[in-house]
Amino acid sequence: MEKRVTFSSWTIGILFAVPQLLLIFTFFYWPAGQAVYWSLTLQQPWGGGNIWVGLDNFRSILANADYWNSITASLVFAGISTGLAMFIALVLAALTDRQLAGSRLYRVVLIWPYGIAAPALALAFRFILAPEAGFLSVINRMWPGIWDPGLDGADAMASIIVAFSWKYVGYNFIFFMAAFQAIPRSLIEAAAMDGSGVIRRFWDIQFPLITPTIFFLLVINITESFQDSFGIVDIMTSGGPANSTNLMVYKIYSDGFKGLDYSGAAAQSIILMMLIIVLTIFQFRFIERRVHYG
Amino acid sequence: MVERTPFLNFFTHLILFVGFVFCIAPFVVVVIAASHNLRDVNDVPMSLLPGSDFWVNIKTAWVTADLGPKLLNSFIVAGGVAAGKVIISALTAFSIVYFRFPGRMFIFWLIFVTLMLPLEVRIVPTYAVVANVLSPYQTILDVTGLSWLIEKVSGVQVSLSLGLLNSYPGLILPLVATATGTFLYRQFFLTVPDELTEASRMDGAGPLRFFIDVLLPLSRNNMAALGTIMFLWAWNQYLWPLLITTDQSHAMAVTELKQLIPNVGGTPEWHIAMAGTLIVMLPPLLVVVLMQRWIVRGLIATEK
Repeated sequence: MEKRVTFSSWTIGILFAVPQLLLIFTFFYWPAGQAVYWSLTLQQPWGGGNIWVGLDNFRSILANADYWNSITASLVFAGISTGLAMFIALVLAALTDRQLAGSRLYRVVLIWPYGIAAPALALAFRFILAPEAGFLSVINRMWPGIWDPGLDGADAMASIIVAFSWKYVGYNFIFFMAAFQAIPRSLIEAAAMDGSGVIRRFWDIQFPLITPTIFFLLVINITESFQDSFGIVDIMTSGGPANSTNLMVYKIYSDGFKGLDYSGAAAQSIILMMLIIVLTIFQFRFIERRVHYG
Repeated sequence: MVERTPFLNFFTHLILFVGFVFCIAPFVVVVIAASHNLRDVNDVPMSLLPGSDFWVNIKTAWVTADLGPKLLNSFIVAGGVAAGKVIISALTAFSIVYFRFPGRMFIFWLIFVTLMLPLEVRIVPTYAVVANVLSPYQTILDVTGLSWLIEKVSGVQVSLSLGLLNSYPGLILPLVATATGTFLYRQFFLTVPDELTEASRMDGAGPLRFFIDVLLPLSRNNMAALGTIMFLWAWNQYLWPLLITTDQSHAMAVTELKQLIPNVGGTPEWHIAMAGTLIVMLPPLLVVVLMQRWIVRGLIATEK
């Protein structure tokens, strides 16, 4: 879509774009380029120049079992938490769309998690899921040692998945709710008069019409599970126990800023960027084909 | 709905109620835990009846984590990011939509690409840039030989340096440098009828006049939605403030939460931790509750 009527003085036009361009050059393109450059050199932590090493940084990272462990952990985390957050939100949104008494109240409350900072949520869940106090402590009283995110890697992973999914249920719910509301009521009523039941109407009418939203949220959720998880991991598990929750973004942070391995962290950033880009393209190519755009 | 489905209605209410409890439970737990004393909060199982120490705990958390100044910092940074996004996005979208100049599509794509790679994955080099925000320009001068030339001609050695660690601009500017709002405005500007532009041009208004007197008043709704969403987003930032504020004077509320985690082996002061969590989660929650309608509209608009 283009404007027919525009202004002719194009120097003014460019001037309007300058603040944005300066910002993204300084804080986006330059650092992104720098990351590529650093990943190909060996950077001395406290200055002192850098040596060109080509792909050596990538080789040593990919030869490291810790790194593969971090990739696996990220994929498990992304897969399960995205699945949970999308499924629960979809069910809740579909049900609030059936205009029953109280639907409005549910809609209002189900949006709240959107406003909670991941770290604040993480601290709340750290308490709720703590083994010695909180709510799961009751289980530990009955079967001692059955739940301990501080010692058991699987428990730790489950904790961060619960916290992350909880936040994204709220986020996804908003979009699903809007998508359901956008479906013309008359369409559903007509189908109902033709005698199709609630479940049939959902699969034949509503579900196909919200597939663009499902697709959009899938891309967002997966991308965010690789990035937005940082605060949750830092507060709840700090990557432990025994690296079981050392997700990729957390490893970049701890290798780069605690280990002062800038080159290694830069190479990891590049791999993470590539992974996100590949996943996004993959989703566009293979999943979007099944999406019905109305 | 058209037909009567008592069984299904019951089922719907049941699941929605479970969902409701699921959503509200963490808030309730935080509030109740924040009202207990040290002994009660560590009870197994913890009592779900509120205790009487709520205000004492709030005060202790407030003082322990020094939350007053930190909340103020959060407000400054989140407000700064929201304002920056609202203004800069509007300017850029205006430029892209209302002017025809060479390289316009190139600029469009330059901005579009920034949506792909968030701050978290460029965190290490962005940190280096903020440590000296003029380093990119210094490097350009060095590489192109300009700094050599300047030194030869004027005798002045060029060494540009401006550190933004532990400063509000350092906290705000990198967060503003993404294109999130630009496309929201672009979509909106495209729906503004051409007749308006024509009319104001006939009245002799230049682009600046048109932008300020016609376009901006029309986009009030967009500004409210974008401002709200960006405020929440910036308030909830964690990794970036954690990195660049080594000095407590610029720390944000969210990063202070880590100080409240009871350490292993120490006294598990979960009641204080939960009181602090409540204080930190309250402002954005209030924003969500007050601006609910705008957020929903804004999010729907960004999707398209």
